[in-house]
Amino acid sequence: MKSLLLLASAILLLTSCNRKLASGSNSPAATSTLTLSFENSAGDKKVTMNEDTYTNASGENFSVTLLQYFISNVSLKKTDGTVITLPQDSSYFLVKESVPASKQITLQVPKGNYASVSFMLGIDSLRNTKPLAERTGILDPAGGAEGMYWGWNSGYIFFKMEGHSSAIPDNKAGTKKFRYHIGLFGGMNSPTVNNIKTITLNLKDKQVAKAGPGKKPVVTINTNILQMFTGTENISIAKNPVVMVSPFSKYIADNYASMFSLVAVDNQ
Amino acid sequence: MKKPFLSKRLVTSLGLFMAIALAASFTVRQELFRQPANFPAPVYNTGANPVTDAGFALGKKLFYDPILSADYTISCGSCHIQAAAFSHHGHDLSHGIHDLLGTRNAPGLQNLAWYSRYMWDGGITNLDLQPIAPITNPVEMGDTLSAVMRKLNSHPQYPGLFEKAFGTDSITTDLVMKALSQFMISLVSADSKYDKVMRKEGASFSPDETLGFQVFQEKCASCHPEPLFTDQQFRSSGLPILEEGDEGRYLVSLDSNERFTFRVPSLRNLKFTFPYMHDGRFYTVDEVLDHYASGISHATRPDPAFKLPDGSYGIPVSPDQRKALKAFLLTLNDTAFVKNPLYDEAGSQLYIK
Repeated sequence: MKSLLLLASAILLLTSCNRKLASGSNSPAATSTLTLSFENSAGDKKVTMNEDTYTNASGENFSVTLLQYFISNVSLKKTDGTVITLPQDSSYFLVKESVPASKQITLQVPKGNYASVSFMLGIDSLRNTKPLAERTGILDPAGGAEGMYWGWNSGYIFFKMEGHSSAIPDNKAGTKKFRYHIGLFGGMNSPTVNNIKTITLNLKDKQVAKAGPGKKPVVTINTNILQMFTGTENISIAKNPVVMVSPFSKYIADNYASMFSLVAVDNQ
Repeated sequence: MKKPFLSKRLVTSLGLFMAIALAASFTVRQELFRQPANFPAPVYNTGANPVTDAGFALGKKLFYDPILSADYTISCGSCHIQAAAFSHHGHDLSHGIHDLLGTRNAPGLQNLAWYSRYMWDGGITNLDLQPIAPITNPVEMGDTLSAVMRKLNSHPQYPGLFEKAFGTDSITTDLVMKALSQFMISLVSADSKYDKVMRKEGASFSPDETLGFQVFQEKCASCHPEPLFTDQQFRSSGLPILEEGDEGRYLVSLDSNERFTFRVPSLRNLKFTFPYMHDGRFYTVDEVLDHYASGISHATRPDPAFKLPDGSYGIPVSPDQRKALKAFLLTLNDTAFVKNPLYDEAGSQLYIK
């Protein structure tokens, strides 16, 4: 099974390598930048840590004390159909609501007109199984990924949201706290839940992003956390205040796959 | 042709003399990591992390250093004691920082390079990732990895020791784990009487042990195969559910067929590693054998290997067979391993400090 999974991952990797490889900052082909600017909201309210109270589809009020998620494996599709896949090693980002700079992801891209952008919410299965030497920076469990890594069940947490809700009965500590730590990449030796989601946003819905000398487009993406609570399965905070490594995590992941939407493409 | 031959012989003799002189004047070196003749090839990739004197010594220092815990009270060696074959001597469950109690029995550490999954539930598949679990577990060492890196990088000795071991004084997660792995894979236990019989090193089984070996092969070896005495699979021993209701491998695999299953433990060094089972509920081998004879509970979905022709579950053995089996199991104890000064916390003078 292990070899099968690795083979599958290898094929995936090869497939992505087959596409025209894009070029990092050192390559002459990367002549411009394209910025993905994430804005976290709860419906039409901007997420404000510890303060505002939002209401989910089950009618439960909640506030947010922690919100962060991994964005990785970014690729862009040009209007001529060419797919530009960012070099994988420089394609892992952790968006943290508490760190404004982390919400601006600036990619080195070749000149071109871009019609769509795709990214993973989470960390691909192959990287989840790599030696530690290949998990530095934002992927280092002692560094950038601290708090976003399960040591007892080796793998990254993709999406983490914590907060309080008056709908929750008091926990042992006497607080009404919810914790959603969603990860699981499909298993190393035997298959398990796979919560990796790939999201594609059609830039043409607003306008084509034009990157080139002196042109550095900014793509603004809204992350609506209310979507996490609604979908084929509505998530009640009162019924499920803690979801981590469990089969139920699948429902949250299915829901949060649809929390991203395109706000604007600004061709600066 | 004659002269060069003679001089070559002279050089050889001189070399031999010098080697003997060296051996006599310095400590005789022990191999750090080795593959015993009766073992298969290891699973751990030593090519990516070859064991060196400096790396081993550093890994050992880290293993015994409570700096890896939040309040400097718990080291790896606190719950993995050499005299108990690196299990937690006599403890059913282990206590970590602030006297907090864990939920599972600290397993012995031995022959780790031959394992492909670690922990009772196999949640970790690479030895280099394994120490992260106890270091960050709030009831074990209760620390954060970033705090550990800060403490090590600002320590008066560690940067120099990493420089010696890895050629850099910049301490990273990767290098800390590699050093620990170098020490841990060197914990090779393969000098029990059983091993010496198998390798024909002059030992032989007594009649009781011979009979016990036969009973073992007939009734135990399907899950505890030689030479590791575990098949590393996840199985339910049909243990009655205690109040905690530990669901075992299910907690990491989320596969309902694996509910209440745990990794089959090795039977090596059985004498030193009591109490037994994932929660240390049995203190003697007899209690374990009693359980297998008549205590298997259907509530935890016992492994099909326990199924008898009449549909019930168990491993029936006659009193004579049990006596012989226990005699054989005693041949799996490796006293040299639990006394080896190379692994001893105080034995670091053998190598660099």
